[in-house]
Amino acid sequence: MKKFINKVDDMLSESLAGFATAHADLVSLHLNPNFLTRKHKASNKVAIISGGGSGHEPLHAGYIGAGMLDAACPGHVFTSPSPDQMLAAAEAVHAGKGILFVVKNYAGDVMNFEMAAEMLPFEHATVLTSDDCAVLNSTYTTGRRGVAGTVIVEKCVGSLAETGANLQACKALGDKVNNRTASIGVALTSCTVPAAGRPTFDIADFELELGVGIHGEPGRKRASMRPADDIVSEMVEAILADFAAKNINTKSEALLLINGFGATPLMELYLFYNTAEKLFSKHGITVARSLVGNYITALDMAGASITLCLLDDEIKQHWDSAVHTPALRWAR
Amino acid sequence: MKTTFILSAALAIHAAIVAHENDIESLDRAIGDGDHYINMKRGSEAVAGMYNALLPLPPDEVLLQIGNKLLSSIGGASGPLFASFLLGMARYDKEHHPKTTDLNANLETAAAFAYGVQSMMMRGKANVGEKTMLDVLVPASTTFTIAAAHGKNMAEICREVKNAADKGLEYTRDLVATKGRAAGLGERAIGHLDPGAKSCQVMIYAVCDLILKK
Repeated sequence: MKKFINKVDDMLSESLAGFATAHADLVSLHLNPNFLTRKHKASNKVAIISGGGSGHEPLHAGYIGAGMLDAACPGHVFTSPSPDQMLAAAEAVHAGKGILFVVKNYAGDVMNFEMAAEMLPFEHATVLTSDDCAVLNSTYTTGRRGVAGTVIVEKCVGSLAETGANLQACKALGDKVNNRTASIGVALTSCTVPAAGRPTFDIADFELELGVGIHGEPGRKRASMRPADDIVSEMVEAILADFAAKNINTKSEALLLINGFGATPLMELYLFYNTAEKLFSKHGITVARSLVGNYITALDMAGASITLCLLDDEIKQHWDSAVHTPALRWAR
Repeated sequence: MKTTFILSAALAIHAAIVAHENDIESLDRAIGDGDHYINMKRGSEAVAGMYNALLPLPPDEVLLQIGNKLLSSIGGASGPLFASFLLGMARYDKEHHPKTTDLNANLETAAAFAYGVQSMMMRGKANVGEKTMLDVLVPASTTFTIAAAHGKNMAEICREVKNAADKGLEYTRDLVATKGRAAGLGERAIGHLDPGAKSCQVMIYAVCDLILKK
């Protein structure tokens, strides 16, 4: 393992401290229990809180700020945060209109947020993201995983909350965006969890893992390395098949997100985008919005995911609205 | 259950988890995401560190505080699951202990254990046969209850429970996972023991051996 580390046990706290200092104009870090909030508390709005294991930076703390999250709870690397973190975060950011949790559909995250919700003294709701279409078999009752589509959900829900919308409206939009979003990932190398010190899975130079999750957990199949166009084509087919299975008409405008897992250069991500955009267009989809970069990573894994979110006027409006966070920021 | 026994068991569990680092971690790397050992170590270490503070407290309060500590220190899926287990046992002990003084003490412990397992099943919405820790815990709990109901002594019970834990662990080898991180693997998980089931077997051994040594 070759990483920038002082002591493995201090890695998370040192990284969080650096993040908080680097973005001191936008966020505040609270310790024991660990959570991050906006620098200036918002008022009279639904408070949006997300969280999950660390190692996916900039998710989630990178999306704290005007137009997106009110707070984020970072767990240990690839390990869900615990209910005391969510309760403390909720206490800090509750602004009179309830709490909305945005939770990726992983067993640990779901159970910890569920236990927090049971103890929460405020009105609350949860949006569970499950955009990963890699794991199709319906007997896998853990269900679809929440991956890169989570960024789009957080952006849209965050935007709606700023307008003063109520908790039910925010949850409804989050559920809608999740339902209209599909993702699939591919890994070329494993990631290495610092505390484990060794790669999470073995993968040969001539292999790729299709349908990989954001923790390096395996997905659909192990296959041989091949030209990028062939890889993208198979991923695009999987996404289209997913919308078809849900009976959602894809002949519309869409947001195309090409997300890097941490160790794949932008040059390759744009190459991915080039092919994906052409293939989706060929299927009658108008890619009207795009995002290319490292938005939800898996430590140092090489690979990328393709996410397609089918837009409607409401989703487009909330995607386009102004956002000011460490990792996502534009004016409108 | 006495406070001293619960705390000795906690220390034994912590020592056993650390001693089985390689076993647990290699299983988790095969079909999990590599963090199970670290989480188990962090949780059991945090509980072991509470020894002196918990010593003067009644058993139900000890179980409750251990559950809350596991909830805040483990994280992941294991945190809420083990916390639910301990909180379930705490609730059983608090509600039933004073009323069942005529009941065989071993049967009472078996009932508390079963209540803990039940709480964990409800939290995880899982059952036997899904390649999880329940494949060890449920047969261990059933064996415990039946052996206690037959009036067997604690040494006999412990030998039977260890045996049940071994069988349950081995049973996970040929299962397809439908819960937990290995669920995405499909048939590829076949042939691998479940890491959570392994750590449960390790913990059951630790507690049973503690009793057998007495």
